Amino acid sequence: MTHAAVTHHTSMGLDNRKMAFWAFIGSECLLFTSLISTYLVYKGKSVVGPYPHDILNIPFTSVSTFDLLMSSLMMVLALAAVQRGDMKWGKIWLFSTALLGLVFLGGQVLEFSEFVHKGLTISTNLFGCTFFVLTGTHGAHVAVGVLWLLTLWVRALQGKLGPANAMTVEITGLYWHFVDVVWIVIFTVVYLIQ
Amino acid sequence: MRIVVAVPRLRLWLATAALAVSGCGGPFPQSTLQPRSDFARATDVLFTDIFWWAAGVFLVVETLLVVALIRFRHREGRATPKPTHGHTLMEIAWTLAPAAILVFVAVPTVRTIFATSGEAPADALKVDVIGHQWWWEFRYPELGLVTANELHVPLGRAVQLSITSADVIHAFWAPPLGGKRDAIPGHVNRIAFRATDEGDYSGQCAEFCGASHANMRLRVVVDSDSGFGRWATVQLAGPAAPAPGTVAERGKAIYARSACIGCHTIQGVSPGVIGPNLTHVGSRTTLASGLFPNDSAHMASWIADAPALKPGSLMMRMKPPLSDADIAALVAYLESLK
Amino acid sequence: MSDAKGLKSWLTTTDHKRIGLLYFWTALGFFLIGGIEALFIRVQLAQPNGHLVSAETFNQLFTMHGTTMIFLALMPLSSAFFNYIIPLQIGARDVAFPRLNAFSYWVFLLGGLLLNASWLVGPLFHAGMLNVAPDGGWFGYANLTERQFSPGPNIDFWQLGLQTLGISSLAAGFNFIVTILNLRAPGMTMMRLPVFTWMTLVTQFIIITAFPVITVALVFLMFDRLFGTHFYLTSAGGTPILWQHLFWLFGHPEVYILILPAMGVVSEVLPTFARKPLFGYPVVVYSGILIGLMGWGVWSHHMFSVGLGPIADSAFAATSMLIAIPTGVKIFNWVGTLWGGDIRGTTALHFAVGFVAMFTIGGLSGVSHASPPADLQQTDTYYVVAHFHYVLFGGTVLGLFAGIYYWWPKMTGRLLSEPLGKWHFWLQFLGMNLAFFPMHFIGLLGMPRRVYTYSPELGVGGLNLASTVGAFLIALSILVFLFNVWRSARHGQAAPNDPWGGATLEWSIPSPPPAYNFSVIPTVTSRLPRWKTEHHEAMRDPPATPPAPIHMPGGSWWPLVAACGLPVMALSVLTHALWLVFVGAAILIFGIYRWAFEPFEV
Repeated sequence: MTHAAVTHHTSMGLDNRKMAFWAFIGSECLLFTSLISTYLVYKGKSVVGPYPHDILNIPFTSVSTFDLLMSSLMMVLALAAVQRGDMKWGKIWLFSTALLGLVFLGGQVLEFSEFVHKGLTISTNLFGCTFFVLTGTHGAHVAVGVLWLLTLWVRALQGKLGPANAMTVEITGLYWHFVDVVWIVIFTVVYLIQ
Repeated sequence: MRIVVAVPRLRLWLATAALAVSGCGGPFPQSTLQPRSDFARATDVLFTDIFWWAAGVFLVVETLLVVALIRFRHREGRATPKPTHGHTLMEIAWTLAPAAILVFVAVPTVRTIFATSGEAPADALKVDVIGHQWWWEFRYPELGLVTANELHVPLGRAVQLSITSADVIHAFWAPPLGGKRDAIPGHVNRIAFRATDEGDYSGQCAEFCGASHANMRLRVVVDSDSGFGRWATVQLAGPAAPAPGTVAERGKAIYARSACIGCHTIQGVSPGVIGPNLTHVGSRTTLASGLFPNDSAHMASWIADAPALKPGSLMMRMKPPLSDADIAALVAYLESLK
Repeated sequence: MSDAKGLKSWLTTTDHKRIGLLYFWTALGFFLIGGIEALFIRVQLAQPNGHLVSAETFNQLFTMHGTTMIFLALMPLSSAFFNYIIPLQIGARDVAFPRLNAFSYWVFLLGGLLLNASWLVGPLFHAGMLNVAPDGGWFGYANLTERQFSPGPNIDFWQLGLQTLGISSLAAGFNFIVTILNLRAPGMTMMRLPVFTWMTLVTQFIIITAFPVITVALVFLMFDRLFGTHFYLTSAGGTPILWQHLFWLFGHPEVYILILPAMGVVSEVLPTFARKPLFGYPVVVYSGILIGLMGWGVWSHHMFSVGLGPIADSAFAATSMLIAIPTGVKIFNWVGTLWGGDIRGTTALHFAVGFVAMFTIGGLSGVSHASPPADLQQTDTYYVVAHFHYVLFGGTVLGLFAGIYYWWPKMTGRLLSEPLGKWHFWLQFLGMNLAFFPMHFIGLLGMPRRVYTYSPELGVGGLNLASTVGAFLIALSILVFLFNVWRSARHGQAAPNDPWGGATLEWSIPSPPPAYNFSVIPTVTSRLPRWKTEHHEAMRDPPATPPAPIHMPGGSWWPLVAACGLPVMALSVLTHALWLVFVGAAILIFGIYRWAFEPFEV
């Protein structure tokens, strides 16, 4: 984030940080694949309830999914603004992205408390453990993203973010979109296909 | 220098190969190289096939290596070697050759996998094998027979073992009778075989299962058909009643009022299922899942302090400890349960 | 290397050469610890019914021996070379992310200390010393490792230690991928990369894809033990076999992580001392890539006794046999390199040749494992212990020692004694064959593995004794090596830039290199820049001093600070003090923020 504005020449023409980040995303794909595969392997094998159809609230979760998708849009707009030097809108869009991320997290908290209230905890059954660990890991990733976005926003407020270091916003965007895509997969696999 | 080295290496290989392959210097009661069943024979044939291919490849590779080292070692005044970067034809050849050899390994492998997948005819003798920390439970469902640690099977008849575990993952392995299969809680694995030689064979647990994994041994006794029938009849009968006024009768009384009854079954006397069934414990050749010969001295030490002999054993010392006289009486009783 | 001296310069270093040395010495230390654990094991097993140590202690010994050797000795020893040598081989001044590099090292050190602390801290857990070290095997099969059957903190130390080490490896993985792909000198195309660099690149890709899987497996285990989940418990409908699948999905690629760097070393050492290019460079590279890819398709060959069914068993048998092809082909390429050469028998060459000879044996026993019916007699016995020690000791350890003797002059500026090196080699070679060859027979004669003792009736007492003698021979050889190291530091002959006549870039600069590595970044026109070949002249080495001063980045405290957050988080699990997680996370985040906003020119 603090590296010189001058982009070094690289053998493959891609910025080092960007390349590292794509490698990181590749690694994260394996992480989430393992979690999702475990969910699928144990699907339908819970011995006691509550079961998914008893408890998952598709309309509610569709709204949070939409929220996350919109946050990705905000992210795209934030990057575009920073790249063209429009820091007023850059700050607005960065903050909005973080805000929508927080809304998503709030929705998760609400959803999880509702489940616990209805008798589904992490140790109730296989559905409980696979669901909470999978969505909890994803939620932790969203939380890190929100922290990251707010940090960028504060840097922008301090006048330390601009088109010269737009790369950092681009990489933040990569992370955010990845987290969003993972959610789409989770939403499909866990909520939509029962 | 390098030839000198090659020789000790070859010597080591040949000497130990001879030792094992000929099975000499035995007996080796748990050897995988002396098959006593069709299952064990099938895997032995396959292993022998693979072994000879491997030995051949070994000879070729190591010879080439040694020859290269000797022939092309540095000599003064030698010109810079020709910088060969590769040789496509040779590289193709030495890629295809191993591939071809692997076909000769793969085809019999797949055939043997299917032939030894645990399927057995409907009239096979069925035994349920249940692994516990650290002993083996054997149940013969069609006979109504329950015993522990010593498995009896008839010669030449199809036998099917259905293997599972009551706690952690173990593995049932009696090498002369075939390969191992894991005993996994919540799953049933099957081994099927026909024993080809009468005898008394050893095995042991082959999946690390905690403190006394090394002590979880077993015996398999292959009887003639009639011998097996006699054994089963005896096992199905009730326990021997000790004669009145004997030490054994006093032992039975001690047993009936001790903590033993919470863990062990003696038909008509106690219903415990945490430890091995003792109804005919006197008839077994070993104690404590194959750890010791079944004699009074070992039985007494075992009762006195099992965890000292088998770390982690759930068979705690009695509190208060039994007196030596009481232990001797118990031993007399248990040894009478033939 | 930078001239700064003192503890602070080491704690804050971001110089890949220093970090390489840190990895080297730390790994060597852990190698010695793992070796001592092995000696205890071998003394216990030298005769039937041995009683040197209790069953519980023995189970900790073999667990820690395996875990230490794999994660704290072999992988970090390879990392020592990744760190020191890769930037030199590709003509770079450092790695892509020097502070991330330092972070990887500190996390490794802290993880290794956490794991080994378990030997000493028993009293803190109301147990004796030597009581709470991990004892579930290096592969920690569920459900033995669940709270019900492993109530103490032993398994918690294990899974926390491994998760910590995983973070170290992942960070290094991202670093080296970017370094190798993006920091190459002008003219160094991918097919001009030294083979060691290529194998390292493949290894890093395997690391970043395999470690997430074991992380998930360990997290599931941690949650089962801490929060009552049921990932591996049958009572709730789960299965312990899930652990095995996840573990071996990581575990098989892990063995390629362990062997590929050593194969890379051998592919450098043989050509240098045969004075001939590597035979079939493209094939060696492609087979390395193939092994990395195919390594994902064979994991259940570790599970042939689990009862996956004949179709699954056959499929994995087939893929496991297939992977023998790219692996075996390399052997022929190495022999082909020696053939027609002018072979100088330096110590490094001895070790490289030893690798080829011993890895062949280990590979062949591996083929017998690939056949499930045969494997059912071999798996979980000393036969498989023989197999993996031939590939990991005869392979990786010998290969890495080849690297040590080869690159020691470059890294330290001094030569190791060649006569002492030969003594080291022969003692180690004889020792390892005596230690591990009998194990093939011990296994075939029916002795399972992971047993603290065995019955005299098995008839394997003599072979076990021979094996123990071999282990002590290995120990003796290591003492010779340590003496060689000490002597080299004291009286070692100063090393020139290029003691061996090497072809690759690291030999074009001083031993040890200055902080900036290359006074002028060379332009590369061939795979063997420093050799004259039919197509081009040998390159001119960079000048002794740079034309203009070269500024290298200074050090930083923040990688170390951030790294310290991780063991604090781990402690929360061991002490059941939840608040420690937040303290540890705060330290980590604080360290990362200071790191991120620190001015640091690369």
